[in-house]
Amino acid sequence: MIKTLQYIGCKLLRVLYAIGRFFKKLWMHKQGRIGLIIFAFLAILAIFAPLIAPYDPYDVINGRFEKGLTPSWEHLLGTSITTGQDIFSMLIYGTRSSLSIGLITGLVIAVLGSLLGVAAGYIGGWVDTVIMRIVDILLVIPTLPLVIVMTNVLGTSYVVIVIVFAAFGWTGLARVIRSQVMLIKNANYVKAAEIAGASRWYIMWRHILPAVSNLLIMSTALTSAGIMVAEAGLSFLGLGNPTAISWGKMLADAQSSGAMLFGHWWSILAPGVGIFLSVYSFMRIGLALEEILNPRMRKGSSMIKVFKHLNNRYLDEVFASMDDASKMKGEYVAPSASAALPPAFEAADVRTVAAQAALAEAAAAEAAAAEAAGAQAAAAGTYVPAAQAAAAEQAAAEEPFVQRRAEEEAAKQSARENAGQGGER
Amino acid sequence: MTSNEREPLLKMEHVSVAFPVKKDFPFQKKRFVKAVTDVSLEIYPGETFGVVGESGCGKSTLANCTLGMQRVDAGKIFFDGQELTAMNERRLKEARRSMQVIFQDPFSSLNPRFSVFDLISEPLRIKGGYTYAEMRRTVGEMLREVGLSEGDMDRFPSDFSGGQKQRIGIARALILKPKYLVCDEPVSALDVSVHAQILNLLMDLQEKYHITYLFISHNLAVVKRVSSRAVVMYLGKVMEYGDVQKIFHHPSHPYTRALMDSVFDVDIHGCPRERKRLKGEVPSPINPPAGCRFCGRCPEEQPRCSRGEPPLVQIEEDHYAACFLHADKAE
Repeated sequence: MIKTLQYIGCKLLRVLYAIGRFFKKLWMHKQGRIGLIIFAFLAILAIFAPLIAPYDPYDVINGRFEKGLTPSWEHLLGTSITTGQDIFSMLIYGTRSSLSIGLITGLVIAVLGSLLGVAAGYIGGWVDTVIMRIVDILLVIPTLPLVIVMTNVLGTSYVVIVIVFAAFGWTGLARVIRSQVMLIKNANYVKAAEIAGASRWYIMWRHILPAVSNLLIMSTALTSAGIMVAEAGLSFLGLGNPTAISWGKMLADAQSSGAMLFGHWWSILAPGVGIFLSVYSFMRIGLALEEILNPRMRKGSSMIKVFKHLNNRYLDEVFASMDDASKMKGEYVAPSASAALPPAFEAADVRTVAAQAALAEAAAAEAAAAEAAGAQAAAAGTYVPAAQAAAAEQAAAEEPFVQRRAEEEAAKQSARENAGQGGER
Repeated sequence: MTSNEREPLLKMEHVSVAFPVKKDFPFQKKRFVKAVTDVSLEIYPGETFGVVGESGCGKSTLANCTLGMQRVDAGKIFFDGQELTAMNERRLKEARRSMQVIFQDPFSSLNPRFSVFDLISEPLRIKGGYTYAEMRRTVGEMLREVGLSEGDMDRFPSDFSGGQKQRIGIARALILKPKYLVCDEPVSALDVSVHAQILNLLMDLQEKYHITYLFISHNLAVVKRVSSRAVVMYLGKVMEYGDVQKIFHHPSHPYTRALMDSVFDVDIHGCPRERKRLKGEVPSPINPPAGCRFCGRCPEEQPRCSRGEPPLVQIEEDHYAACFLHADKAE
């Protein structure tokens, strides 16, 4: 009995040790540390929202004040124009919906994707064929428009949003995990276990799941980030949960009540910063994990690559056109200029908002792209840290050469990506 | 030492295995890679049975068949008096308890996430019925047995050298005290300097636990050193089979002779041997040559070689060869 307890305790310690090692690895990675800190901050805000927020924005009686107040010590970010809720409190409560939607959907996708991916890869045969055909079908369905339609049909509750995003989001993960499993399946240690009489469950549980766990965590972080952006977008379009307070909805309210017209810029900036921080932290954690897992990957990554993970095709198009625009202006920054990521990202966030505004007003994509491109060029031109500036100067000195090399590298990278996609199949 | 009087531990009767090849275009005739064709062997308890041949000649497929890991298309395999080829999955699992395997590459045969204790105790864990303390004790004993120390138990495979990793692999294979152990080129991935250590360890353990080895290797010297009987394979067929001393001292099949001629030796004082070099490449097992598999490359080819397959004939006691050179003698 004591021996058994000892054994269980030993196992528990091992698991704790593994988790600790995982976080230590993430912590040692500079970008991962930034992500972890921001995430911890947001998590604390979300968990202790009632304690931190000065007012309860859900409270119809005590949470309503004079409409459209400007920031003061009483209302740090003023009150909203339409309902008179305290914006600072709403901001803190908004963390809850954003993080919970992102995390819950991410977890559901992780479970679905890993189960189906492992099943397809390990069992193989007709199971593999069926699952992969389903993946092929789901992959070509554009998610966001479908979610908009589904929320119209099924109603706009968070449950529906989670279910729909999860139902369509597991495909990529399942494919990645399947290929990983097929590698591990043929390893000699699995064969040795099979000869020793191990069951399929044993091999899946002891050999295959641990080997894909890191991949799973990484992809969960990245999908969560994508889901959070999508959720904000949906709320902005009025397709989110109408009873909940979320950053997307705050943006929509501010926009529709003409906050810009009254000069209430804080009521737009606050939820924007919230969305940015949450997505940014997840993205940083996910990308840091990707780098930790795959040391061959270059340090840092291009913006375009980051946004590939955001399941948002619309934004992708915008960025692609924007990139072309800045290239034409001769201010093209090579994809390998990685350190430019944080400032560029900040600019990108502004654009997220801009792009969504454009989406809401059904403005032409070209117009938004051109507008956003201007913002990007300005941001790239002005907001450059010291080290970057030096590098830029140097680059300017040997510009033709650098330009050529950058282009070569971009071509190489795209070729590699193509090859990778081919290999996945 | 008349092994024929003893009951064999493992007996293969006319075993054939063929893998279907993907069709290049529809309606194509189905093609097969004939990995193992009509192999009959007897392996006796306590001996080391060598399997020699070039890569791709079906050595590993043969080993997988004996472990029940490979479906057999024709023929029967008996292990310890029971017919392996007629067992269902559950009985096979039980039968496999007394079999284990050591792999060529110690780097990929140990899960890098497992500690040494986890690795070695895995068969115990799968079998079930051991307490943690028992497992710790058994693993500790096994570690000392293979020349590692008990203190290595909680380290990870990446902390060890190739030879030490192979020792861990041996410990894992022997923890359930199997009767039959497949050594799939156990030393070919290791440094030459540790070959002898690992081989001696294997032989000591064999003596101690009375294990039967199926020893796969393409290194003739190693096979000659460790095994008592052996089979020489070429393209899935048995070329020569029997007592190792007899095979090596008077090789009867031209392929065996060619294999021995292709070995380098470091005897710088002796006069150079007269060597016969083989021409050509190993043909594809998809379309093996008609007649003798070796014809086309054989230095002693006769017209009839390409017409019919030579039978496996006995040359002397416990020494067989499949070549027309000896078919006449037998008649």
